[in-house]
Amino acid sequence: MFGTQFNPSDLLAVAPEIGLTFWAFFILSLDFLKLPQLNRRVLGMLSAIGVLVVMVLATVLAPPADKGAVLLGGMIRHDLYAYVFDAVFIVAGALTCLLSIDFKPVRAGGEFFALVILATMGMCLMASANDIILLFLATETSSMALYLLAGFMRDTPRSAEAGMKYFIFGAVSSTIMLYGLSLVYGLSGQTGYEKIAAALTAPESPHMVGVFALLLVMIGFAFKTTAVPFHFWAPDVYDGAPTPVTGFISTASKAAGFAIMIRFLLYAFSPLAPTPATQVWVAMMQPVAILTMFLGNLLAITQTSVKRMLAYSSIAQAGYIMIGVTALAYAASRGEVNGAEPNAIAGVIFYIATYMFTNIGAFAIVGLVAQRAGGDNLKDFSGLARRSPYLALAMVAVLLSLTGAPPLVGFVGKLFLFRSAVDENLIGLVVVGVINVLISVFYYLGVVRAMYVERSPNESRPFPIPAVTGWVVLITSAAVLIITLVSTPFWDLALAAAKSLQTILN
Amino acid sequence: MNTVSPYILLSAILFSMGVIGFLTRRNAIMIFMSVELMLNSANLAFVAFAHQWGQLDGQMFVFFVMAVAAAEVAVGLALIVTVFRSKKSANVDDLHQLKG
Repeated sequence: MFGTQFNPSDLLAVAPEIGLTFWAFFILSLDFLKLPQLNRRVLGMLSAIGVLVVMVLATVLAPPADKGAVLLGGMIRHDLYAYVFDAVFIVAGALTCLLSIDFKPVRAGGEFFALVILATMGMCLMASANDIILLFLATETSSMALYLLAGFMRDTPRSAEAGMKYFIFGAVSSTIMLYGLSLVYGLSGQTGYEKIAAALTAPESPHMVGVFALLLVMIGFAFKTTAVPFHFWAPDVYDGAPTPVTGFISTASKAAGFAIMIRFLLYAFSPLAPTPATQVWVAMMQPVAILTMFLGNLLAITQTSVKRMLAYSSIAQAGYIMIGVTALAYAASRGEVNGAEPNAIAGVIFYIATYMFTNIGAFAIVGLVAQRAGGDNLKDFSGLARRSPYLALAMVAVLLSLTGAPPLVGFVGKLFLFRSAVDENLIGLVVVGVINVLISVFYYLGVVRAMYVERSPNESRPFPIPAVTGWVVLITSAAVLIITLVSTPFWDLALAAAKSLQTILN
Repeated sequence: MNTVSPYILLSAILFSMGVIGFLTRRNAIMIFMSVELMLNSANLAFVAFAHQWGQLDGQMFVFFVMAVAAAEVAVGLALIVTVFRSKKSANVDDLHQLKG
């Protein structure tokens, strides 16, 4: 596999990853200097600015080619699909660094920010992985950093418990995935996605073992994307982890799970060349999407803690995204190359990108309220509209967008997802999706009701908003409004990214 | 029966033992050891398959997995120690603050 000539300029394909690694260690070594002027505010700002600079540099130095390119011994596929996901992860990482600056319960030093950057780096590798070796290594790189971040509040038993649960379930699910990968390797003798696909479609390949291997690998993906039945860790971990980290895990890590899953399934188990294994994953998506949506939404209703409610809601959001994946599976399995797959993939990318902004915004506000009011229960949000009208307004914007209320961006994104499902005649799935949106109105508006209708004795007390957190809330809610108003360029970018992924099908 | 089948069988047995250990043990350290057993069963499978295909990709993968396992030990033990400090126990049944 290393028979190809190594060209140093190929390293530009991993420019974001190299830059992020460099920056993480730079932040870490700044921390060792113990200079008084390098407090956590400065370190957090430097981290956030640094990762954004890395993204800009990567855009200038190594823009992805039209058709994408397979580089570095077949490990990396450098295309617009990976690039767009990189941008999502890096923006999420930057927002998380900024949010952590004023999140007092975390005694963040340089190591906290370095871990956020390293997790982002792992996710960027996940988006471009084109080989099962890199698939495993990238997944573990991001997971390992996230385990530590989830348990970062060492003196808070809830956070330690969250980190421990995340680690145990994460380690076992990735190990199961590794065993599945070993079977894939045993069946094909290959580690690159396309070569695996070619070997698995051979008629003499033992197909039942292939199905078993695929199921084992899917467990790893289901864990990352919080798909039922491997969602059970999510509420506990999201609840116990430091709130900025929760925002990061629930958006970027989930997005990375979808990014790597879609590429792996489309390339290594391509539905264009059907085998029993590909038929299994195509058939599996719809029931999993339905279960994930219902479970997330129904359990979210019963929660009294807003943070935990958002945790269940983010499981439900993964279910909506899986509607798009289901449409993609059906479109691709029709055999001929048609225009439907790019639409489905673009719907998924668009939804993930907008969901990243909305959910990080929501968790930013929840973290702030929890610090000011002493808890994140529904009653702690009572009268927020009178204490801090702008914060309440921002919360309404992100919650309505998460619900999918027109004309906000959450509605636009769901429209794209549902439309791609309708194109595949998945009417039942769309009906289930709409029912779930209606269920979710109930609990999202419960928070709005608490903020605007209910009264609280603390209403007259001031509600100071730390500057940086205020900026993050402003950025996320502004992003929601801006993408709502001008969604076309973002959709076009998602569509171009989807088409770059699809070049293999042509 | 070709030459690698016994190794694959052994790796499947080790993997099953790891899964059973993961499901039945209540001590975090023992659960962790079970996960390590599963990792090494996958390693054995990779080496056996690499031998069967007559190439080195699978063997190379094993080196990476070993590095990952070492990193996992560092992260996992750190988290176990953190929990032990607050709960004075490494029993996973004591992890019950977060539920609902």
